[in-house]
Amino acid sequence: MLAFDYTRVDTPAEAIALAVRDLDARYLGGGTNLVDLMRETIEAPRSLIDVTGISDEIVVQQNGAVLIGAAAKNTAVAENAAIRAQFPMLARAILSGASAQIRNMATTGGNLLQRTRCYYFYDDAARCNKRVSGAGCDAIDGFNRIHAILGTSSSCVATHPSDMCVALAALDAIVHIDGPEGQRMIPLIDFHCLPDDQPQIEAVLRPAELITAIELPAASASPRGTYRKVRDRASYAFALVSVAADLTIEGGRVADVRLALGGVAHKPWRAFKAEAALRGQPATEASFLTAAEAELADAQPLRDNAFKVPLAKRTIVAVLSDLAGVTA
Amino acid sequence: MRFSINGDIHEVEVDVRTSLLDLLREHLHLTGSKKGCNQGACGACTVLVDGERINACLALAVQYQGREIITIEGVGTPGQLAAIQAAFVKHDGFQCGYCTPGQICSAIGMAAEAKRGLPSFVSADLSGLSTIDHDELRERMSGNLCRCGAYNGIIDAIREVFVDETTTPVKFEEAA
Ligand SMILES: Cc1cc2nc3c(=O)[nH]c(=O)nc-3n(C[C@H](O)[C@H](O)[C@H](O)COP(=O)(O)OP(=O)(O)OC[C@H]3O[C@@H](n4cnc5c(N)ncnc54)[C@H](O)[C@@H]3O)c2cc1C
Ligand code: SF4
Ligand code: FES
Ligand code: FES
Repeated sequence: MLAFDYTRVDTPAEAIALAVRDLDARYLGGGTNLVDLMRETIEAPRSLIDVTGISDEIVVQQNGAVLIGAAAKNTAVAENAAIRAQFPMLARAILSGASAQIRNMATTGGNLLQRTRCYYFYDDAARCNKRVSGAGCDAIDGFNRIHAILGTSSSCVATHPSDMCVALAALDAIVHIDGPEGQRMIPLIDFHCLPDDQPQIEAVLRPAELITAIELPAASASPRGTYRKVRDRASYAFALVSVAADLTIEGGRVADVRLALGGVAHKPWRAFKAEAALRGQPATEASFLTAAEAELADAQPLRDNAFKVPLAKRTIVAVLSDLAGVTA
Repeated sequence: MRFSINGDIHEVEVDVRTSLLDLLREHLHLTGSKKGCNQGACGACTVLVDGERINACLALAVQYQGREIITIEGVGTPGQLAAIQAAFVKHDGFQCGYCTPGQICSAIGMAAEAKRGLPSFVSADLSGLSTIDHDELRERMSGNLCRCGAYNGIIDAIREVFVDETTTPVKFEEAA
């Protein structure tokens, strides 16, 4: 690990003021991703601004929206009574991620900006456009079983590894940001970027901008929404495919649906095509399959990850069937 | 930097790059906490901070000043084993013993989580009222790997010591 300066701050204003002075600085949450990457010198910031002292409060607002401070630990979010009761898909998604130890350290802000688990990104003997712009990508023709099938580009096929963000995408969460030019809000589904020809750019944050909170709108989310994760072992592994879903059925038809996929793209993938194909349709296994096929029609599997296409379809159908109470 | 570890205050001069695990092992010679993967994947380095289990290998020590850190050395001593330590001996909860300090610290943190009603990914409902059965224990302890595969003994030891407590979790509303 290269040497760095360390400063702990209590407020966003202090954090931003420091970051503006040193564009080589990085914000530090629980460190569960950044410390690991710094040890491998994949990240080498000159200074760390510890932002675990900014707000970690989880507040239910009068309109029913919930505001989660960026420093809130993953465990605290999953444990919060309002979130367990009203946004069970988010609690489940968080509880499916990493281990209890890591969830006790990891912050909400850090979870959003955790970096891909592409093995070549971590291996500095490999070519990786995300690490070294223009170097090439050893994953495209290499071992790419864990890589993306949707929204890929010829420069990068990595996935965003977060479980929490998949639920946030389904829930229409809003990212609150503060920065040198003031505060702004961005829907989570627009926060992360597809790789295009600049895979090193993973989110729309501008220099020195800080995530201060995540807002969950008091939406139609029913207390039945859920999260399912398919992985190589039963626990403590990243998703091969995951599904966050919520379904409202009226008179046997789909009145509303929210569907997002993890493990398939460079960003948490809101399945808008499947949602559109489902609205107004009978809540049957056949409609669920049609919707899943609409979403996966654009999939571009690589050598080793073609299995993700049928796996994603089957998982979507199984989760929606469970929510609808029909057997898949 | 100034740390509170197992009830003792330690003043040490260390580089900000030092992990909490290296601080414990290399600087304070508290070698009970083990280094397995050094990247968050095995749990051998698990310690308790303000009662919560964390991986000391991914923690920069500088972030943990002023917190109450407990390592396996603070759980019990050879003459005075904590109940969970004695149960590991009784149930053959280890073979080589490398993962054991992390398993024990993790189990103590796990019991506190279950007691306050924190659900797990396998809990049928999220209210925190699930009983802590075999599947719950395995899921909750999945952050601690054991290369010797002593899992059955580990689970038996944890059940014996903690399950009475954890089968009567607090009610959902009270957990709020
Ligand atoms: C062994 C292992 C297994 C894991 N398994 C899973 C899994 O199954 N599912 C899953 O979802 N995750 C998993 N994770 C990843 C884990 O969830 C992330 O490492 C964690 O959420 C990152 O949070 P942090 O606070 O530690 O971030 P840090 O490591 O502190 O920071 C991560 C990034 O976020 C930036 N950052 C932090 N806070 C802010 C802020 N407020 N504003 C702007 N930028 C900020 C940092 O600069 C850095 O770039 C795993 C991690 C490990 C080590
Ligand atoms: S897939 Fe992306 S992260 Fe992986 S090697 Fe290629 S460019 Fe790098
Ligand atoms: S040594 Fe810390 S988790 Fe493996
Ligand atoms: S007892 Fe050997 S690693 Fe667990």
